[in-house]
Amino acid sequence: MPDFIAEWLDKNDVFTAMTLMEYWGGMVTTVQLVFLSLVIGLVVAVPLAILRTVKNPFISGPVWFYTYIFRGTPLLIQLYIIYYGLAQIEGIQETFWWLIFREPFYPALLAFTLNTAAYTTEIIRGAIVSTPNGEIEAAKAYGMNWFMRMRRIVLPSAARRGVQAYSNEVIFMLHASAIASVVTIVDLTGAARNIYSRFYAPFDAFIFVALLYMLLTFALVFAFRKLENHLLKHQRPLNS
Amino acid sequence: MKKLIVAASCALALAAGVAQAEERNLRIAFDVPYEPFEYKDENGELSGFEVELAEAMCEEMSANCEFVIQAWDGMIPGLLARKFDLIMSSMSITPERAERVLFSEPYYNTPGGWFGPESFNTDVTDMDAMKGKTVGVQRGTTMDTYVTEEMGGIVTIKRYTTADDMVLDLEGQRLDVVFVDYPVGEQTVLNKEGFKEVAEPVKLGEGVGVAMRKRDADLAEDVNAALSTLKEDGTYDTIMDKYFAYDIKM
Repeated sequence: MPDFIAEWLDKNDVFTAMTLMEYWGGMVTTVQLVFLSLVIGLVVAVPLAILRTVKNPFISGPVWFYTYIFRGTPLLIQLYIIYYGLAQIEGIQETFWWLIFREPFYPALLAFTLNTAAYTTEIIRGAIVSTPNGEIEAAKAYGMNWFMRMRRIVLPSAARRGVQAYSNEVIFMLHASAIASVVTIVDLTGAARNIYSRFYAPFDAFIFVALLYMLLTFALVFAFRKLENHLLKHQRPLNS
Repeated sequence: MKKLIVAASCALALAAGVAQAEERNLRIAFDVPYEPFEYKDENGELSGFEVELAEAMCEEMSANCEFVIQAWDGMIPGLLARKFDLIMSSMSITPERAERVLFSEPYYNTPGGWFGPESFNTDVTDMDAMKGKTVGVQRGTTMDTYVTEEMGGIVTIKRYTTADDMVLDLEGQRLDVVFVDYPVGEQTVLNKEGFKEVAEPVKLGEGVGVAMRKRDADLAEDVNAALSTLKEDGTYDTIMDKYFAYDIKM
């Protein structure tokens, strides 16, 4: 470690090796929570979005209802219901489910996944229904069946149109994950709150954690820019 | 003679006017509910041990007092931002807090209490037996500091913002035991079926003091004087007996 960092660590009370480890632990938890919920959410959202575009209301209706509920209520309320509500169900402590829901991590993961899946479903649905008719007609003219059309034409084309909206959802999800700390999870915000309450130094504790969130956000923005460049290569002018 | 009386009464009135102008206006912050120290009664009026003690103290200091409600998280920042002048909300005196605020002499001290379900039979002082247990505390309290220092790494510590959330998780069996300010545990946990006190209360810290801004040293002097008068003339004991069956005087 360079001398000036060691010296600075020596001088201040708040940022000791111990609190930095606590921030690091929080960062790991936040990244795990957000990454897992986004991956599972995306995997769930693709088939749901396809079902949502089906003309039969008995198929698209339930999906519409699900996205309506989860987009229409605050994530904090959803987390409270899943974390505190489930624990109040009579006898749940004796079932196998309690092994999962006893810890705060899984209720939070469930709430985040359901929430992000609802938003992502609507993003993909929007991208699917705006597929130009010509692309689908051309695919039909080639004799592609429904499945092949989805896989080769509609979904890749929808991914190109949806990626910008989805990058927003990912960043919102990272920031929304801060509420995990209300159910005793020590994520980045949880670590900051613990350190704040130990030293009564709101500026030090929260500005530092804000910088860490910004770092994560910049990493995400960078990754999405690379992805957009890759997906939308055909739209760039030739001489750039 | 008559003139003299008029002049004297004028001077008196003037003096009284000056005294009136010098009368202090103080804003005192509480975090409610924290029964039985501060809470709202059925009529929505602020009530409780510390509220009544604050009223008596204001009278003793002949100050105009206004009571402010402030959530715990923003207590010290609010004081420093001059949203209020005194905190009388069960704030334990700790070295970390004393770096930010000026404390009066302590005016009470309650122990921390261990509460858990009837089935809990572990000795909380036996670190081997406690290994792997989950303990609930309120974030930033002296109980939090105690458990973090004495049992960190041995037990899993869950930190809560409010006692209500913590008791909910104790009921839901997410926590094995909670370590909480004794009167709070008495009011919230012991009131429920199937819960008990699982160990002897632990005396913690230096007690609770009135917190003020560091620059208000004059105010602190007056507060200390008023508190010591109340402790001696029996007012303190009368208020304490109203709320507690045991001694919390310091």
